[in-house]
Amino acid sequence: MTTVTAPVADVQPAPGSATVEFRSLRRSFGATTALDGLNLTVHPGELLALLGPSGCGKTTALRILAGFEQHDSGQVLVDGEDITRIPAHRRDAGMVFQSYSLFPHLTAADNVAFGLRMRGAGKAERRKRAKELLELVGLPQHADRYPHQMSGGQQQRIALARALALQPRVLLLDEPLSALDAKVRLNLREEIRRLQQELAITTLFVTHDQEEALSMADRVAVLRAGRLEQCATPSELYARPATAFVAEFVGTMSRIPAVRAGDGVEVLGRRHPVDGTVPADGQLDVLVRPENVTLVPALHGRAQVVGASFLGAVTRLTVRLADGTEVKADLATELAAGLPVGSTADIALPDRPVLVDRRAS
Amino acid sequence: MAQLTSRSPLARFQPGRALVLLVAALYFLVPMGASIWFSISDNNGIGFQAYTGLLGAEGFTDSLWLTLKLALATVLVLLLLLVPAMIAARLGSPRLRTALEILCTLPLVVPPVALTAGMIGVLRWGPDYLMDTPFFQTFVFIQQPEFPIVLVLAYVLMALPLAYRALDAGLRSVDVRTLVEAARNCGASWPRSVFTVILPNLRGALLNAGFLTLALVLGEFTAASILGYQPFPVWIYAVGNSQGQMSVAVSVLSLLITWVLLLLLAAAGRERRHKPAHS
Repeated sequence: MTTVTAPVADVQPAPGSATVEFRSLRRSFGATTALDGLNLTVHPGELLALLGPSGCGKTTALRILAGFEQHDSGQVLVDGEDITRIPAHRRDAGMVFQSYSLFPHLTAADNVAFGLRMRGAGKAERRKRAKELLELVGLPQHADRYPHQMSGGQQQRIALARALALQPRVLLLDEPLSALDAKVRLNLREEIRRLQQELAITTLFVTHDQEEALSMADRVAVLRAGRLEQCATPSELYARPATAFVAEFVGTMSRIPAVRAGDGVEVLGRRHPVDGTVPADGQLDVLVRPENVTLVPALHGRAQVVGASFLGAVTRLTVRLADGTEVKADLATELAAGLPVGSTADIALPDRPVLVDRRAS
Repeated sequence: MAQLTSRSPLARFQPGRALVLLVAALYFLVPMGASIWFSISDNNGIGFQAYTGLLGAEGFTDSLWLTLKLALATVLVLLLLLVPAMIAARLGSPRLRTALEILCTLPLVVPPVALTAGMIGVLRWGPDYLMDTPFFQTFVFIQQPEFPIVLVLAYVLMALPLAYRALDAGLRSVDVRTLVEAARNCGASWPRSVFTVILPNLRGALLNAGFLTLALVLGEFTAASILGYQPFPVWIYAVGNSQGQMSVAVSVLSLLITWVLLLLLAAAGRERRHKPAHS
């Protein structure tokens, strides 16, 4: 993997990065509803990640913005202008696809300069701009290579350079890292973020990988069944998920049975205030992150260790309660060594509000 | 890996494979050699009169010229019909692909004799009172001996399955939808996306389809003969009845031309696949 050191001074910052708004956006494919009244605003220069499971509508929203799909109702506004009737080739949005999608018959430089050729730019200008962009993505020496002569990571960088060549107002990234191996993915996501920040370009990034979304984005919008569940900064999303779905989709959560106790709940023999509201009926679960669970070795503790995963500085233990509930807990690795599989421990939750959800039947 | 590549040719020799190759080579080369021998041998030894006399033979240039014109027209009509239809089916309506495939491969199950008999039936149809109408005149026009368009139509139908398969293989190797979307995202309109991105990547498939069509037209005898025209294959047959040696010489030549075209095509494809990396 080549390390990018090229300065971006020669490359113009995206002129007038745009505000993007989805208003009550709906789109159905037959009986399947892909978008069900999506409302979302992306601020100028912001990187917003659309996160959600397969079929939640995130790619559909991106393709509607790019002009490759038409919505059934609602509006897509760029800087306040409804772009519904503007064809894809005039939308001024650069897109990077999941499958690289470089033109196989063109060299890297020609791929980057393709958009300029379509706009009628002269050969000298195209060559100069392609050179600048290849330097920007750290691949100036690959100008004469064809896509099949490059690795996946290199191809995706060229695709990024191609998307930036026309200085688009919006950059669209459709799971650009999902076809790459882990190490390349890590490097490229840092590079994408660096470029996005240096160029200050409004960016919409579709991913189903929560780690990618949390590490790259200014804000993350979690979608479920075509609806927006929550849009917040990564730290807020992690620390204060608005719904049980967000809580469980972002990061790891354990469910522990709880019972109503006044305006709070009782869990593991202690009363806790509730973050949000307590469902009026049905059985309840409390949602807990592994790092918020405390385990203390105890000969006759109520939790038995049934599994351990070494994660480096911490080890994730899985403990089983008397009712069969399994709870995950992160412990410093040296402390976890005192709790081998088969041992027992006392389990406790921190004295702070907990998120409560109705128990799934 | 290094051990594998450093094995000597002798170590890699496989008798079974060599035997199959030998049998296949004999199957092709013995008739070919016999034909060449027949075309150059006469009572006085070896001579090339059959080849040197070709250009002066009656009907040779006319029939060859007619065949080349028919081949070119067939290739053009076929590609102009098939390429847009297949790209449109891939981009706009993937469900149509199955219907298109069935339609295009249907001529495989219709023998040329039956196809030609059907065409004759259609061409003979037409009551007298239609004689002065454009409809009737069109029927007459497409049967002109100078350039029988009706033969082009017949050849297009016969070559449809071959050309479809060649183009389909090419389209399968290209992600048409994503490439068009990428091109449009870079500012290219629909038609420009197809011309600047898709067609250059279908070069091999287009050449294959064109070559297969050309080979079919160069060798098609049934339809032309029944419909009463004399392109090259029919001329070879006619000459064979009076000048056997010359007809075999022409057959050998047409086979060689076909092989040369095939080799050129393979070379073009190989050049594209094996472009060396720069470092």
